Amino acid sequence: MSAGYDVAIVGGGHNGLVCAAYLAKAGRKVVVLETAKETGGAAKTEVFSPGFKVSSGAHLLYQLHPKVLADLALEKHGLKLAADDLATVALARDGAHVTLKGPSVEGVSPDDARAYANLHERLLRFAAALRPMLSQVPPRLGEGMGLADKIALAKLGWSIRRLGRVEMREFLRIVLMNVADLAEERFESDLLKGALSFDAVLGTHLGPRSPSTVLTLLYRLAGEVSGGQGRIALPAGGMGSVTAALRQAAEAAGAEVRTGSPVAQILVEQDRAVGVGLDGGEVVTARTVVSNADPKTTFLCLLGARHLDAGFVRRVHKLRSRGDVAKLHLALDGRPEIPGLSEAQIRGRLVIAPSIMEVEEAFNAAKYGEASAAPAMELVIPSLGDPSLAPEGKHVLSAVAIYAPYALKAGWDRTRESFKQRLIDRIALYAPKIEQQIVAAELLTPIDLEKRFGMTGGHWHHGELAVDQLLMNRPVPGAHQYAAPLPGLYLCGAGAHPGGGVMGAAGMNAARQVIAREKR
Amino acid sequence: MKRYDAIVVGAGHNGLTAACYLAKAGLDVVVVERNDFVGGAAVSRELYEGWTYSNCSYVCSLLRPEIVRDLDLPRHGLQVIPYEGGLTFMQNGDYFANYDDHDAHYREIYRHSPRDAEAYEHYAAELMRQCRFIKPLLMRPPPDPTSFRPRDINELLYLGKAFHGLGELEMYDTLRFWTMSIAEFLDEYFESDVVKAHLCGSGIIGTALGPYSPGSAYVLLHHYMGEVDGNIGAWGFARGGMGSITKAMASALQAEGGEIRTGSGVERILVRNGKARGVVLENGDEIHGKTVVSNMDVKRTFLKAVEAKELPGEFLTAVRNFKIRGSSGKLNIALDGLPDFPQVPKDCPALRGDTHFSDSMERMERAYDDWKRGTWSKDPYLDTLIPTRIDPTMAPPGKHYMTVFVQYAPPHLADGEVWDGPNRDAFGETVLNQIAQYSPNFRDLILHAEVRTPWDLENEVGLTEGNIFQGELTFDQLLFNRPVPGYADYRSPIKGLYLCGSSAHPGGGVMGAPGANAAREMLRDLDAPQTVREPVQ
Amino acid sequence: MPLDVEQEHYKVRVRGTPFHERTAALNLNNDWQRWAGYTVPNSYFNSELEYFAIRNAATLYDVSPMIKYRISGAEAEAYCNRLVTRDVAKLKPGRVAYVVWCNDAGHALDDGTLFRLGESEFRLCCQERHLDWLLDCALGFDVAVEEVTWDIAGLALQGPASCALLRRCGLEGLEQLKPFDVRDFDLDGQKLSISRTGFTGDLGYELWMAPEAALPVWDRLFEAGTLHGLRPAGSAALDLARIEAGFILPTVDFVPADQALRHTRGRSPFELGLEWLVDFGKGHFNGRRALLDEKKKGSQYCLVGLDIQGNKAAPHALIYHGQNVEVGQITSAMWSPTCKKNIALASFRRPYGDSIRTDLWVEIYVLKELKWDKLMVRCKVVDRPFFAPERRRATPPGDF
Repeated sequence: MSAGYDVAIVGGGHNGLVCAAYLAKAGRKVVVLETAKETGGAAKTEVFSPGFKVSSGAHLLYQLHPKVLADLALEKHGLKLAADDLATVALARDGAHVTLKGPSVEGVSPDDARAYANLHERLLRFAAALRPMLSQVPPRLGEGMGLADKIALAKLGWSIRRLGRVEMREFLRIVLMNVADLAEERFESDLLKGALSFDAVLGTHLGPRSPSTVLTLLYRLAGEVSGGQGRIALPAGGMGSVTAALRQAAEAAGAEVRTGSPVAQILVEQDRAVGVGLDGGEVVTARTVVSNADPKTTFLCLLGARHLDAGFVRRVHKLRSRGDVAKLHLALDGRPEIPGLSEAQIRGRLVIAPSIMEVEEAFNAAKYGEASAAPAMELVIPSLGDPSLAPEGKHVLSAVAIYAPYALKAGWDRTRESFKQRLIDRIALYAPKIEQQIVAAELLTPIDLEKRFGMTGGHWHHGELAVDQLLMNRPVPGAHQYAAPLPGLYLCGAGAHPGGGVMGAAGMNAARQVIAREKR
Repeated sequence: MKRYDAIVVGAGHNGLTAACYLAKAGLDVVVVERNDFVGGAAVSRELYEGWTYSNCSYVCSLLRPEIVRDLDLPRHGLQVIPYEGGLTFMQNGDYFANYDDHDAHYREIYRHSPRDAEAYEHYAAELMRQCRFIKPLLMRPPPDPTSFRPRDINELLYLGKAFHGLGELEMYDTLRFWTMSIAEFLDEYFESDVVKAHLCGSGIIGTALGPYSPGSAYVLLHHYMGEVDGNIGAWGFARGGMGSITKAMASALQAEGGEIRTGSGVERILVRNGKARGVVLENGDEIHGKTVVSNMDVKRTFLKAVEAKELPGEFLTAVRNFKIRGSSGKLNIALDGLPDFPQVPKDCPALRGDTHFSDSMERMERAYDDWKRGTWSKDPYLDTLIPTRIDPTMAPPGKHYMTVFVQYAPPHLADGEVWDGPNRDAFGETVLNQIAQYSPNFRDLILHAEVRTPWDLENEVGLTEGNIFQGELTFDQLLFNRPVPGYADYRSPIKGLYLCGSSAHPGGGVMGAPGANAAREMLRDLDAPQTVREPVQ
Repeated sequence: MPLDVEQEHYKVRVRGTPFHERTAALNLNNDWQRWAGYTVPNSYFNSELEYFAIRNAATLYDVSPMIKYRISGAEAEAYCNRLVTRDVAKLKPGRVAYVVWCNDAGHALDDGTLFRLGESEFRLCCQERHLDWLLDCALGFDVAVEEVTWDIAGLALQGPASCALLRRCGLEGLEQLKPFDVRDFDLDGQKLSISRTGFTGDLGYELWMAPEAALPVWDRLFEAGTLHGLRPAGSAALDLARIEAGFILPTVDFVPADQALRHTRGRSPFELGLEWLVDFGKGHFNGRRALLDEKKKGSQYCLVGLDIQGNKAAPHALIYHGQNVEVGQITSAMWSPTCKKNIALASFRRPYGDSIRTDLWVEIYVLKELKWDKLMVRCKVVDRPFFAPERRRATPPGDF
């Protein structure tokens, strides 16, 4: 029996660590219990081949919440960026690549460039209107509505209203529209449209023609990193350095972090969470338990349906949380060459999404439990700007690929190798010599991501990022304000509002709720 | 020259509805129609001797009961008879039926899944809750959330109150319902593929969405919120075909002293000093009026009938961006007798309703994939009906008329293919083949078949791209966004020019609500006696 | 569901129960009622006389359409305990409990009887269907739930002479059955499960058997019953008896929460007078947190028994305080031939019916030769049951 804590946090992913840091700063006695040998969850740098390291889960930083960055002094705790404003390059088979950075786009017609600048500015404005929501607790409606809920709702209404009549109208029109129509209304370049639609659908079970993909695009743009909205950054040393800084911040604030301590169950007494039981029987008592695990794992596995109402359990059970993203890591014995790319471009984020229709076709397969024949991909070669990741002269290529449905009809055991080859072939269309450079290749399917990071369905948002699973419906009503129906239990992971990405907002919001509701 | 109080452009059901309300208020009204007959897409036509085809719309459910009563349509000959069931054929030789009888319906679902039989009750209750929420919104103009006008604020408050009248969980569920896909919605209740497929059809009919597309649950509701004699969700036949609805409306209009001019469409809407003054017909005639109300879709009205210089650029852009993609085609078939369906007992009452051949949502979604690729579905979703099983007046004794709604058929074919010629025939064959798979004598019974592509619908009825709803029913085009933000109140940037077709709130289907709502707004502007009941606050 | 799995089930819309051959022969009124897809007699010859037979001698009522679920598996007890508000751990094998179960909001979904047939086997009998809910409740439990409505025919033998009648059939030890006991018996080779339960508030038993045993059992009972005044009773007679007994009926006295389109229509056990069924001490059950909250904040409604002036039954009548403020509504009502009172069950908006019990008036409309008479009569809140004879509890029961 361990000494009693104020708070036990299940899982040391980035949100768990953020939550721990905030709670510890508020004077709570906190312990973080992480299954793996390292903290970080899906934000981790791992060796996948001797000498080669890669961000094995998330590999780009879009939106580390600025409040988290500042409140926890992450830079002081060692967070450094290897690149802070990556360009996105939409790769063309003929070498006529299209490069997007901020409002500018190169490689398209002047009309497209102008239209893109306009759209980009507009989307940033809309995303900015939504941004305050990220760091807010979604309100309750109806009978349960309190003053704080009314304020939250009014704030959201006000930030949209503040756009002004014309912009508000456009916002309300496009917010649930599909990204394909948004792009078709404005652009002619297939590469530009493909890249835009890729950004909108990446990490979701949606295709460019699916309504609401403009919202998922806005979600991506709502975040901010290195002082700029809509930027993309690469942390020095890989994603693991972000969580390393978070761990330091948490420990510096007084939180205890225990790795290699898998939580087997959440303990309940007198209808209240009173701690957790570890694999092997050790009991860690705590007055409050906060779970960084995904909602299905938390409620159905760690807590158990019997401590919950059946209607709530049903909602959790029906939560859509099957991932569609696979991760490919290549260890290369030389510098990859992609004809037509400048030095600056190749250090950027490379997107293979030649047209809306190709992304849509890739998605079509996923609807039926099949892997895409021609997957859309995002590649980065982080070792170009961060030599610590590979031996000298060698390089690491990290790619995410869609769509690779979790519940593959043919089964991943039978498909893994062919899909890996399919991805390599797809890269080879743009980097013809890549195949000869490969020293080692690792493919992580959603099944592998589930196993490695303990995320149900291998979904990096812990639950589909769809409009019907947002705000009050994230993860499910009754747990959308981070507090679970069981007193003393909270959620702090990506399954809660506002969702995934290495943002830390869920952890921060959850900590705030714990501080407000759980008196010491 | 005579100056009318109102000129109605197009004698579709909404144009006629608007005209009737205007005439009832004592206004001098004329309806101009391009075709030689009234009805728009709600017509009964003898395209094969002895047979009456409802060759466009084919089901009567959404028509607002308020309108039927206000215009006294039954007195003018309208009779609506409810369906007796419905049926989906399965590839394994079985079928799924729905029956009017509660216990029979329960047992039929039970046959496919005991759990689903009970889940159906809960599914139906949830839809009913959504209907209760949306119904009061149909016969009122949607509020503009960006406006500070007292009326908009009032309407917003009403909406807020209606929403708040739901319980907390129901509010969250409503937010979910409006944004989720019909497949996801059905997956939450049911496990049987065929049960889901059978219920799913209404989520895609007339829409360029697949069952897996977010927002398609709302489309289901749009089809479900109608009623026959107070039975919400019930579908019905109009005796004598869909034309009898518009015939009754035309008769009601004439009884109120309204005029109808057929045979020449509107070439141009006359605008002077930012104000509508009348119309010029294709035959050169000019008609003058104080107001013009267009039953044509928003694109036809503002991009074809009004000169661009009369409209603000942003408005034109918004109209151009309005999505009005066609997604369906149709076959109308004269049959020498009733086709056999050996898979189903002959006396099964479910055959007297709508029948389908898609037994899984996946097949329907794959049919949608074809649409996205720019081809008609190779394995289409069919909504077939033999109205003569219920209404023998539509064909000679013993003979039958079959209507087949086909989803999906894109107006623009990929690879530069065109609809006319071999493609039209191949499309028709695809549909006939699907039916013939289940009915060995079907082909032998065919006396005549009319194959209608999206373009036929545009050319004949004027529905752009053959979109039956005059604009897709996605959230970006519903409520205050329909047809374009800021103009959801049936008005336009041109004073005295109104929209009354399905492009306007609450959208398509033979509902009449846009027509009635537009008439209400016109009567307000004209300070005329109000004949359209003001919505109850 | 032996008959019903056929594709052509639509040819017979309403089914007969396993007793249909006999009930049809006795149904002199040809008066039928539809119940869960079956048809059962509403009355056989005269519902009032059938009612008197329940209170006076013995009656048989066909309860086969009653919905039945088999709940079995290692965690069946834990499952049932999470499902219903009572403590099922206290229910021993061979015992039956009257239970109510709620949704997350603590609103009643239904009430019924839970039979514990073994350590890990239960049967739930109720009026409404709940399979999808019961299966949802099974998530996370090692338990199997299946509907067995069609596999079990049921007869309610109710009335003061019911014990004597069964003993005459040779059922040994039957008189030892205490209220809410259930035990297996052998009746001329037919296996019977008999529970001392019923819906009449009188001495009575419910007999459960395989459908094949239905007719032989019916015949044997009638053969033995001639000396005990056994008569068949229909639903109308039973309804009179159940109101006197103060029992509530879903869809009549409350709307099952899952059927309510308006969320305000749901009622908690506290609001149905069923607080005695709620056991907060037993651990978590569906709706527990909502009910605790309600207990803290107070309930909005209450369901009580009424004694109404005059003799005009007042179904669905509105109730006023001070003759002008609407405070409640009657859900079930009858002239009680046994109590000689005009009784009713009524739902009140609290504090009316609860702490305010005076100055309550019932608005009754009576049609007299095509002319409506409106009466405004006093009523008073009284304890339920309205009629509770000693014999319903006595063990062994009297040998009539």
